[in-house]
Amino acid sequence: MEIIKNIEREQIRMDLPHFTPGDTVTVHVKIREGNKERIQAFQGVVISRKKGMANATFTVRKVSYGVGVERVFPTNSPIIDRVEVVTRGRVRRAKIYYLRKLRGKAARIREKRFK
Amino acid sequence: MCKGLVGKKLGMTSLFAPDGKYIPVTVLQVGPCVVTQVKNDRTDGYNALQLGFGAKKESKTIKPLKGHFKKSGDSCYSTLKEVGVENPEDYTLGQAIGPEIFAIGEKVNVTGISKGRGFSGVIKRHGFGGGRETHGGHCHRIPGSIGCSAWPSRVTKGKRMPGQYGGDTKTVRNLEIVDIRPEENIILLKGPLPGCRSGIVTINKVLFA
Repeated sequence: MEIIKNIEREQIRMDLPHFTPGDTVTVHVKIREGNKERIQAFQGVVISRKKGMANATFTVRKVSYGVGVERVFPTNSPIIDRVEVVTRGRVRRAKIYYLRKLRGKAARIREKRFK
Repeated sequence: MCKGLVGKKLGMTSLFAPDGKYIPVTVLQVGPCVVTQVKNDRTDGYNALQLGFGAKKESKTIKPLKGHFKKSGDSCYSTLKEVGVENPEDYTLGQAIGPEIFAIGEKVNVTGISKGRGFSGVIKRHGFGGGRETHGGHCHRIPGSIGCSAWPSRVTKGKRMPGQYGGDTKTVRNLEIVDIRPEENIILLKGPLPGCRSGIVTINKVLFA
């Protein structure tokens, strides 16, 4: 079993910043169109992080033209170019799925204050 | 050239391809397989290598096998398998063969013994739909009608019925080798393989594409 763990450990990316549910992040995703590769940004609130070795994921939610859009990123995927943390949010839950039912002012997240 | 190897299934995991695809892989320990007997056309009628794989205590090995293993070295093996070979004169007794006979991207066939499921019903064994669970249905997992009545007054041959399921030799063909790690004797194959973890499988080169 140690061999399988090592194979998974090799794939874990160490270059991503630390972020938790409630944080607003910008995920820069590599997109390949034909032979060209470009980078697209997806900015939103992290509503969950699924733990795991190589197969960990995180979900980012944003509201685009009034429509909620959620995207699940494999944390260790090579298609993620980089992740920027925009703001740190203060939430009490590990999965903030309740955001899905809230709109407008109610869907705001209090920012974390560092003393 | 040796046409196959004996290996042990260690389990499954996944790998990221550079384009972001997540590939399911089976981790196999192949070898080191030790040549315990070389069979050739002249003496045996066909060319083959007998490979020993996996450690076995000498005290647990029966005497006839001990004598057989002594020809190729000091150690005893738990598994003996024969694989085809083109030129048997290139191999000597006691020679170790590892995963280096394969190349990354090559297709292989893998034979193993599938997980035994005992005496199973038709739903598990043949994928039958079964009966209604609710609305007064009383036949939940039974096969239903098995044929006609007065004519032909027998059940057709090959009718799918409950019985022993699993535990038989299965071959999965054209599996791609995703990665080879010779220093650990590890091969990563795309997709699942028959059998349980720590099951013994034979990896063969694809002879007919």
